[in-house]
Amino acid sequence: MKITEQEVRRVADLANLALREDEVARMAQDLDGILSHIDKLNELDTTDVEPMAQVLFDAEETATLREDRERPTLTNAEAVANAPVTSGGYYKVPRVIER
Amino acid sequence: MSSPLHGLSIDSIRAGLLEKKFTAEELARQALAYAEAENPKTNAYLTFSQERALNAARAVDAKIAKGEDPGPLGGVPIAVKDVIVTRGLRTTCGSKLLANYVPPYDATAVIRLEQAGGVILGKTNCDEFAMGSSNENSAFGPVRNPMALDRVPGGSSGGSAAVVAQETALVSLGSDTGGSIRQPASFCGISGVTPTYGRVSRYGLTAFASSLDHIGPFGKTTRDAARLLQVIAGRDEMDATSAFAPVPDYAAALDGNIKGLKIGLPREYFDGLESETGDRVTAAVEVLKQLGCEVLDIQLPHTPYAVAAYYIIATAEASANLARFDGVRYTTRPAAVTTLSDMYRATREEGFGDECKRRIMLGTYVLSAGYYDAYYLKAQKVRKLIAQDFAQAFEQVDAIVAPVSPFPAFKLGEKVKDPISMYLSDIYTITGSLAGIPCMSVPCGLTTEGLPVGLQILTRHFNETTMFRIADAYEKASH
Repeated sequence: MKITEQEVRRVADLANLALREDEVARMAQDLDGILSHIDKLNELDTTDVEPMAQVLFDAEETATLREDRERPTLTNAEAVANAPVTSGGYYKVPRVIER
Repeated sequence: MSSPLHGLSIDSIRAGLLEKKFTAEELARQALAYAEAENPKTNAYLTFSQERALNAARAVDAKIAKGEDPGPLGGVPIAVKDVIVTRGLRTTCGSKLLANYVPPYDATAVIRLEQAGGVILGKTNCDEFAMGSSNENSAFGPVRNPMALDRVPGGSSGGSAAVVAQETALVSLGSDTGGSIRQPASFCGISGVTPTYGRVSRYGLTAFASSLDHIGPFGKTTRDAARLLQVIAGRDEMDATSAFAPVPDYAAALDGNIKGLKIGLPREYFDGLESETGDRVTAAVEVLKQLGCEVLDIQLPHTPYAVAAYYIIATAEASANLARFDGVRYTTRPAAVTTLSDMYRATREEGFGDECKRRIMLGTYVLSAGYYDAYYLKAQKVRKLIAQDFAQAFEQVDAIVAPVSPFPAFKLGEKVKDPISMYLSDIYTITGSLAGIPCMSVPCGLTTEGLPVGLQILTRHFNETTMFRIADAYEKASH
């Protein structure tokens, strides 16, 4: 096995996913299969290969900078309109710090 | 009843409007009525936007009445994949989590097509957050393939492909990260285009894997798809990765003459094909030869590593991009949460479907402490090798042709239990996505069961024109 159920729980914790017990077992099995396929990459020697993080094209370094000018943005009401709980124009979340 | 859009094209709609044969409002009303009546067969639309469509159509009619130009897409009925945001119009991303999300802004591509006179009929079903190859991962049910209702339309842009094949929209917008436009186009028997990375602004496209995401057009013909790309392409300051390169006049280049073009056949793409798919693609290559193309064997030796590299890069980026769906800003939060951490976990557990969870998990795993070099960095290096394969091939040839998918549309439920075989079926589309080059699917016939097969055409960065010329010449020769 490339990944244990214990590791699946740790990764779910990092990803803020609360997996159910039946999901943990199935996830371990699925990820194991995918990670086994991914092992194929180790057949390649990539020591001197430059990593490709983006498809970049020829443009001057500053070309993507835009002019710094005022322009309209979303209104407060628009910005919070889709939130499940708001209060006074703010997003409302459960208490973070206990007094 | 046949579709009011049957037999129409962007060019013929323009001519019909200017010659006063019909009005944009009449066409929009008929198209909407037909689409709403036919939609239960395929579940391709999730939301109709009647008011917005009729307003846009009336604006086109008003321009024509004043003797003004109705715009390059004037009166054209268009559908938009539901991962592309539309102001005031529900945008679900195929997810339960966003079932009631009403965006406060429009994507740049949407603004451009409406400014060009396009009439948005509604939003199309897709795999949740564009993750899937069959459209079976939508929280709102699968889409059925209009060509064979017991089969999938492909994914993730299954709804956008289905509406064009079903003639419930003339053209549509989809998005492609690893094949999500080309594969459904091939399954539904229409043209689907993944432009060069950066050719179309991603502003307003819900991010899945930012270094791989593209918006692109579907059309019944290459000419329609090219006309739609013409409108949405070009630099946008709202997307720093959008390209400055000028946008040529694509349609003007479609003269049917492709004599003398050099076309490469990558032998790696012809192993493991279902035989009828291979036959149809081989027959299409013969047509290209008859049109005067010189066909050469080429090699893309790193092809077998593409799926592995892709599923590291795409899931790593997805795990970061989907972190924003945490119960704070978007529509869903389970009622009984008492701590911040519970809120995050319960929202995500309830909101995301299985495939999203699987990809978030894989992405989080490959980025977690101690694994970065072994997975993410390794995959980026392999991505470079795949891009170099293409760069070397394009020193010899003007374009590459290949299959889109190893097999035609499969039955609903057939592959849903086996995520790895589903991932591996994306092999022929993932390579072009990793390299960021333009690629498209053009229909190249039917199997004996009547299922469409797609021919993939790939060209150099920003050379969409050559790709369109080949696809258009092939269409004209094969019809």
